[in-house]
Amino acid sequence: MDILNALVVFLNFVFIPAAAYGAQLALGALGVTLIYGILRFSNFAHGDTMAFGTGVVILLTWGLQSLGISAGPLPTALIALPFGIALTALLVLGTDRAVYKFYRKQKAAPIILVMASVGVMFVMNGLTRILIGVDEYRFDDGARFIMDVRTFREMTGLPEGLALRSTQALTVVVALIVMVALFWFLNRTKSGKAMRAYSDNEDLALLSGIDPERVVRLTWIIAAGLATIAGTLYGLDKSFKAFNYFQILLPIFAAAIVGGLGNPLGAIAGGFLVAFSEVAVTYPWVRVVGYLFPGYEPSGLMQLLGTEYKFAVSFVILIVVLLFRPTGLFRGKSV
Amino acid sequence: MATNRQAASTHSRWRAPILFAVLAVLFVLEGTVRNSMFSGSWNTSLAILNMGLISAITALGVNMQWGYAGLFNVGVVGFLAMGALAPVLISLPPVEGAWEAGGTRLMLALAVGLGTLAMAKLAWTRTRSGILTVAVLIGGFIVYRWLFDPAVTAIEANNPARHGNIGGLGLPVLLSWVVGGVFAAAAAWAIGKVALGLRSDYLAIATLGIGEIIVAVMKNEDWLARGVKNITAIPRPVAQEVELQRNPEFVEFAASWGFPAAEASGIWVKLSYMSLFLVALLVIILLAELALKSPWGRMMRAIRDNETAAEAMGKDVTRRHLQVFILGSAVIGVAGAMMVTLDGLLAPTSYNPLRYTFLIWVMVIVGGSGNNWGAVLGAVTIWFLWIKAEVWGPALIAMLTGPMADGPVKAHLLDSAPHMRFIAMGAVLLLVLRFAPRGLLPEQ
Repeated sequence: MDILNALVVFLNFVFIPAAAYGAQLALGALGVTLIYGILRFSNFAHGDTMAFGTGVVILLTWGLQSLGISAGPLPTALIALPFGIALTALLVLGTDRAVYKFYRKQKAAPIILVMASVGVMFVMNGLTRILIGVDEYRFDDGARFIMDVRTFREMTGLPEGLALRSTQALTVVVALIVMVALFWFLNRTKSGKAMRAYSDNEDLALLSGIDPERVVRLTWIIAAGLATIAGTLYGLDKSFKAFNYFQILLPIFAAAIVGGLGNPLGAIAGGFLVAFSEVAVTYPWVRVVGYLFPGYEPSGLMQLLGTEYKFAVSFVILIVVLLFRPTGLFRGKSV
Repeated sequence: MATNRQAASTHSRWRAPILFAVLAVLFVLEGTVRNSMFSGSWNTSLAILNMGLISAITALGVNMQWGYAGLFNVGVVGFLAMGALAPVLISLPPVEGAWEAGGTRLMLALAVGLGTLAMAKLAWTRTRSGILTVAVLIGGFIVYRWLFDPAVTAIEANNPARHGNIGGLGLPVLLSWVVGGVFAAAAAWAIGKVALGLRSDYLAIATLGIGEIIVAVMKNEDWLARGVKNITAIPRPVAQEVELQRNPEFVEFAASWGFPAAEASGIWVKLSYMSLFLVALLVIILLAELALKSPWGRMMRAIRDNETAAEAMGKDVTRRHLQVFILGSAVIGVAGAMMVTLDGLLAPTSYNPLRYTFLIWVMVIVGGSGNNWGAVLGAVTIWFLWIKAEVWGPALIAMLTGPMADGPVKAHLLDSAPHMRFIAMGAVLLLVLRFAPRGLLPEQ
C-alpha cells in the first residue's frame, strides 16, 4: 500500500482542481444568493453577467498588454479586474433601472422577474458576442506554475508528480479575500447591516428608515463585482468561451440552493460541495486505487460517470436537496 | 377588471384575422418578390413556414404550461430532444446485429436502473432509513453498470462506421410523433414530481438542468442515436424530390404552372410537409381549446390566478400542475419528433438552449400567453423575423455604417452584425413583457 503516492495523485487530480473550481462556483453562487435575498428572484442573467464582465476584463488585459503593462508574475487581468467590475456594475445598474425597477414597484410575482432576467440574459449574451465574439480565448499570463511536476518529483523523489498552477492558487486566495471582505461588509458596516435587515424583513427595514433603492443598488454592484471576479478567475483557470458561462449557471444555482437561497455562508459551502462532488464523481480513480491496493487490478477506469455528464452531478445534488430539504442545508428563505 | 376584459375582447374581434393576414402577406412577399429584403423563392418561404409551424406547436406546449398554469419551463430544448429521439428509435430500420450484440442485456440494464430508483423510493417511504436507501442505490448502480457497460461496448462495436447504434423498429414515422410526445411526457413526469409544489423558481432551475442533461445524453450515448456522429436518412412521410423529378407526369404538371421540375419538386415536398404539420397543429389546437373551455380549463386558470383560493376550494394544486406540465411537455415532444422528421437528420450539437428554449419563450410572450392562437401567431412571426434578421441585420448595419470611414471599428461592427439578433430578441421580450404583457393576441 502506497499511501503517499495515492495522496499525491488525489491532490493533483481531485483536490486542487476541485478547490479552485469550488471557489469560482462559490463566488458565482454568492452573487445569485445575494440577488435572491434582496430582490427575491433567481437571476438567470448571472452567467451572462459573468461572461460580460470577463469579456471586458479580457479586452482591457489586451489593451494593457499592448501598452507593455504587466503585473510581473501575476496575470495582467488582475490589474484590469477593477475596471471590468466598474463597467459591469454600470451595465447591471442600467438593467435594473431599465428593467427590474418597474416590476419591483409593481410588486410583480417573482416568476415575472425571472422571465425579465431571461430577456436581460439574451441582451447580455448578444453584447458579449459583439464585444468579444464566440471563440475560445486564453488570457492568463505571468508565471504558469507555483509548483510543476518535475520540480516536485525532484524534491520528493516520488514517481507521481504534483502540479499547482498559479491560476489555481490565485483563484483560492482571491476568493478567500473577497469572501472575508464581503462578510466583513455584511456584518460590520452600516450598509451591510441594512442589506441584511432588508433581506430578513422588507417592511420592518422600511419602517426603520432604510432606503430600499440604495440597498438594491448596493446589491447589484456587489453582485456585478462577484460575477466579474468569479468569471475572470474561471476564465484564467480554464479558458474563456461565452457559452461555457451559460452552462455554469446550473452548478451555480445548485450551489446556491444547496446552501439555501439567500444565505451567503450556505452559497460558499454549496459551491465547494458541488465542485468536489463533480470532480470526484467524474474522476477515474484507477490510479489512486492502484497505489492503495497494489495487488488489485480493476478492469475499468473506476470512473462513476463520464466527464461529459458533470452537469448531471450538480443536477442530482439539486434534486436530492429539493426532495429532502427544499430550504437548503443552511436554511435559506422559506419555500 | 371585468370592464377591461370586456373592452379587450370587443376590440380584438378583428385583431387576430388582421394579424394573421399581415403574416401571410409577409410569406407571399418572401415567395414572390426578389430584392434586398426578400428572396423571391417559394422554396425559402415554405421552408421558413414549415419550421415556423413546428415552432408553433412547441409554443403551444409552452403556452399550456405558462398560459394555463403559470409554470416556467426553461428546459424546452430537452423535451424537444426527447421527442427527437422517437423517430430514430421507432422509424429507422433495425440495425443488423445490434440486438444480438447486446440488446437484451441493455434492456435489462435499463430495467435494473429504473427498478433501483423505484426500490430506493420504496425503501425510503417504508422504512425512512437513509442507510438502506443508499445501500439499495449503490447495489443497484453496480448491477446496472455491470449489465450496461459490456452491452454498450458490444452495440457500439457493431459496424461502427455506419451504425454502432441500437437501431429502430422500422415502424411508420408518423407513429413516432406520438411516441415522441410520450417520451417527453415521461421526462416531464419525473422532473415535475420533484420540483412542483415548491417555490416557482425551483421548477425553472430544475428544468434548466434536465434540458442540459438530456442533450448531453444525446450527444454522448452513441448506442442510442450515434451521438455527435448524427443520424441521417430518417424515413420520410412524403415523396422524395428526385423521385418527383423522374416522374414525367409531375414534370408536365410543373411545367403547366411555369416552374422548372427541380424547383417544383422542392415546393411540392414542402407543401406536403406543410399539410401534415397543419393537420397536427389544428388537432392540437382543437384539443387545447376544448380543454381550455371545459371545467378543467376553468379550474386551471382559477389555480393560476389565485392558488390559495383554489386550494381552499379543494383543488389539489400540485397534482393539477403536474398534469398540465406533463401535457405541455408531451406537445413539445411531438414538435421535437416532427422537427427531426422534417430535417431527416438528428444532429445533437444543434440543440442549443438559446435557440430552442429561450426563443420559444419570446414567441409565447409576444404572441400572448394564455391564448393558443396567440402562441401560433407569435411563433410563426418570431421565427420569420429570426430567419430574416440574419439577412436584414447585416444590411441594416451596412447602411448605418455606410458613412463611416473604413477601419477596424467598422469592420468589427459588420462582423458582429449576426449577433445583433440576440440583442433584438432580448429587447423584444423585455419590451413586450413591460408594455404589452398580454401580447399580440390577449387571452380572452
